[in-house]
Amino acid sequence: MSDNQFYDSLEEEKEPGRTFLDSNELVLNMGPQHPSTHGVLRVILKLDGEKVNGLECVIGYLHRGIEKIAENRTWAQFGPFVDRLDYTAAVSNSMGYCLAVEKLLGVEVPKRAQYLRVILTELCRIASHQVWLGTHVLDIGAVTPLFYAFRDREDILNVFEKYCGARLTTHAFRIGGCRWDAYAGFAEEVLHICDDLGPKIDEYRDLITGNRIWLQRTKNVGYISAEDCVAYSITGPVLRASGVKWDLRKRQPYSSYEDFDFDIPIGTAGDTFDRYMVRVEEMRQSIRIVRQAMEGLMEGPIIAKVPKVIKPPVGEVYVSIEAPKGELGYFLVSDGTAQPYRVRVRPPSFINLQALEKMAKGSLVADVVAIIGTLDIVLGEVDR
Amino acid sequence: MPEVPEGNPVPEKAPAAPAPVAAVPAASTKPAPVPWESTLVQQLRTAYGDRICNATTFAGQNYIVVDRSVCHDVLLNLYEQSDYTSLTDLTAVHYPKDELPFEMVWILHSMSANERVRVKARFADGEAVPTLTDRWVGANWMEREVYDMFGVRFAGHPDLRRILLPEEWTGHPLRKDYGPHQQDEGWVRKNLGIESGQ
Amino acid sequence: MITSILQYLHSNVTPGEDGSLFWVTVYVLLVFAGISVGVIFMNWFERKVMAHMQVRIGPMRVGPHGLLQPLADALKLIIKEDLMPTNADKIVFWFAPVCVVMTAFCGFIVVPFGRTHAITDMNIGILFMLGVSSVGVLGVIMAGWASNSHYPLMGSLRSGAQMVSYEIAMSMTVVSAVMMTSMATGTGTLSMIGIVQAQLQQRTWFAFSFFPVGLTALGVFAIAMVAETNRAPFDLPEAESELVAGFLTEYSGFRWSLFFLAEYASMMSVSAIATTLWLGGWLRPFPNLLGGKTWDIAFSLVPGITFLLLSALCLFYFTRMPKIRAMRKEALGLAGFGCVLGAIGLVMLLPGVRVRVQDIYWFCIKAGFFMYLYIWYRTTFPRYRFDQLMTIGWKVLLPISIGVVILTAMIGVRHELLALVWR
Repeated sequence: MSDNQFYDSLEEEKEPGRTFLDSNELVLNMGPQHPSTHGVLRVILKLDGEKVNGLECVIGYLHRGIEKIAENRTWAQFGPFVDRLDYTAAVSNSMGYCLAVEKLLGVEVPKRAQYLRVILTELCRIASHQVWLGTHVLDIGAVTPLFYAFRDREDILNVFEKYCGARLTTHAFRIGGCRWDAYAGFAEEVLHICDDLGPKIDEYRDLITGNRIWLQRTKNVGYISAEDCVAYSITGPVLRASGVKWDLRKRQPYSSYEDFDFDIPIGTAGDTFDRYMVRVEEMRQSIRIVRQAMEGLMEGPIIAKVPKVIKPPVGEVYVSIEAPKGELGYFLVSDGTAQPYRVRVRPPSFINLQALEKMAKGSLVADVVAIIGTLDIVLGEVDR
Repeated sequence: MPEVPEGNPVPEKAPAAPAPVAAVPAASTKPAPVPWESTLVQQLRTAYGDRICNATTFAGQNYIVVDRSVCHDVLLNLYEQSDYTSLTDLTAVHYPKDELPFEMVWILHSMSANERVRVKARFADGEAVPTLTDRWVGANWMEREVYDMFGVRFAGHPDLRRILLPEEWTGHPLRKDYGPHQQDEGWVRKNLGIESGQ
Repeated sequence: MITSILQYLHSNVTPGEDGSLFWVTVYVLLVFAGISVGVIFMNWFERKVMAHMQVRIGPMRVGPHGLLQPLADALKLIIKEDLMPTNADKIVFWFAPVCVVMTAFCGFIVVPFGRTHAITDMNIGILFMLGVSSVGVLGVIMAGWASNSHYPLMGSLRSGAQMVSYEIAMSMTVVSAVMMTSMATGTGTLSMIGIVQAQLQQRTWFAFSFFPVGLTALGVFAIAMVAETNRAPFDLPEAESELVAGFLTEYSGFRWSLFFLAEYASMMSVSAIATTLWLGGWLRPFPNLLGGKTWDIAFSLVPGITFLLLSALCLFYFTRMPKIRAMRKEALGLAGFGCVLGAIGLVMLLPGVRVRVQDIYWFCIKAGFFMYLYIWYRTTFPRYRFDQLMTIGWKVLLPISIGVVILTAMIGVRHELLALVWR
């Protein structure tokens, strides 16, 4: 037989109807060590040339067994562990855990502590979004906004450092309120950040948003519809960019969020560009909230009276907050002892990452990196 | 503490904490379970009778304890009839001393009504739990994690394998009989070349 | 011997035309040294400029303000272990960087830094340069092939495809520039020196002639040359965060530095083409409009004054350096560098020297502008995806460049066309 017939026969063995001109599927491994997977995430891509036919995420490289550790610590001792989940937004995690235990105990946090918590959590949201902005834009190729975003984030981290001694894993809050009051100069520094950050976000906009290369790389990339978002249990800016008006700070307010006037940015197209715009706009809204909270900060105690050894009554509670990555929930089961019986962390990054296959299928290889960046995952939270 | 599958609330433990001081603005009230009455519960009771074991409110949060035979139907019922379209979370708790040691917890969420509800059901060790991946795609990884951590199998799951731990790991860490420092020493020795615990 | 050197300095042709082998060799060595120094300087300059655009300061430690950093990097790369993949094709693996470097440097044979400051003036100068840069594409493909790993192979094929696509648009605009050389005399020329002389004769840089045709041609060339040299925003094949590794993956140490040298040399080569074809080559600004002896002298003082200003800047920064013992060597280094620049500046003010040197200076300033643009693009723009990159090359730049060629041709025969129309 001729050469062509011979090669065709080889292909026929694999699948009837194939000829040797059909391309083979290439399996490409975007390994755990990779500059743009934002941590130790392994993605196995099945490519047909440049097009992604299928994708599989392999996670667990950062699994530390935090939920098991929780069962062997006391309720208060588990506080610092929570920071290590989403380590770019440690204050947020702390807020969620403290709110959950306080609900289980039935303690009411004093107003001043609630306002302080809101200020620090919103500053943390800005810091987390700045990390996202810098790294996402860097993956797509623009090297400069990373430095601008991290320069601006330094101011916020300085405030955290002065407040609780740590920049990143802060353990800012305690069960019942805050451990420390606002330090002398806190108000000036925080308001200074609010004033400075507005023009700096405009700088990001000038550098990125209008750039036609950016638009070409992000518009219609990684589309997910609103129905799919709800089916995949996606929350956070990804959900809002697909058009669903859902933000826990507005719909189920906690820690005095109902006192503040702010908007929730909602996207329409559900693509990477809308997610980018939603997060940048969220930064601006966070500045608004921080300003209002600083102005409304009243005098009073900063921590409620909570017993030295925390023994909540028997029962379970699920409390969730709007973390920068999405809905961060804590499902706590108490058996009446000083140690939790079960702590389940509902990780927004883990659940959002499921949709990566749906969003990346059919797009090109270069877009996979953009889509991972736009989901804004932190592997500490995905793997716990 | 085991949930007693009856209509009576569990008697509350004596409070171990001292009474709150006057400096705190509002008196902190320790939450106690209270029976939950609503149209939703009535609907479910008419549909499933006494297989809805319990409907309680604790700390302002509603939950229903159902019998394992109807859990899948109840969840789909909530999705279709009451617009609980979002599956917020899916997890398990292990009570080794109970006759049905694994308690599955599903947290559903209705965006239109802004309500959350927890559905709980008890399963035996080795029994397969019906999967929710037919209705909620997001349940896929959540169920894989419960399988990984607890060893609970899900009937009908398209791809049930370990997600956080390596594929060849033996043991399910979040079970109560798995020690906090325990590791799969064979796997560590084979794959990392070191003795476990270093 | 000295008389022969001095006599040679008064010649008015390039050594290649003159036929003198000795002087050709001297010029070759000078150009080679100059390009190498240029590459080293570009490395430092790029790191500093990128850093300042990114709100940081770049290398500061190695040498005053990091001036010796490129030398340190070169030394490190040279003493690194020379790795070769086990099953790599050894000869091809060795030859690929050699090929790329050779072609990049060969292009400089015809680049005119002045009327007599070129190694030679081939009458097919620009065609030679384009041909030689096309051979460089082969080196890229060889590099990917020899790595014996299919990710670098795919990366090198993508790189090669990109370079070839943009070469076509580049060549079309070059054709239009060559056509413009024939506007005044009726005969055009491919010789690089001839193109600059045509601009002198037509009293305008080709970038500004027949507006907007010349400017469009320059614009298309400026974009295509960035893609040709695999620089941002067209650097997908060598980007770190992409999956398909670039063709450079298996190269380390000195071989990698050869590729790097070739990249900067080819950047300078295409900048030289752009300068020669559209920005008037070595001509000072307004050679015809502001002609005459006094203007000539005034403009010829500019190089010397520039170096004196740079040296003043160095000495100023020297005075601002911290006066601590640990910084003494650096401070002295900076002062020394400033003095050297000052000495060069003073030498350049001498009448005999400044006449010969001013051409080179203006050429380097114009080419340097394009190099600065390269760095600016790298800092500012995100990367294009590969399919978008190819779309731009084939669907945007190529039609525009063909249109420019047609327009230039129409302008060239405008008298005949008008005669046709008005008959």
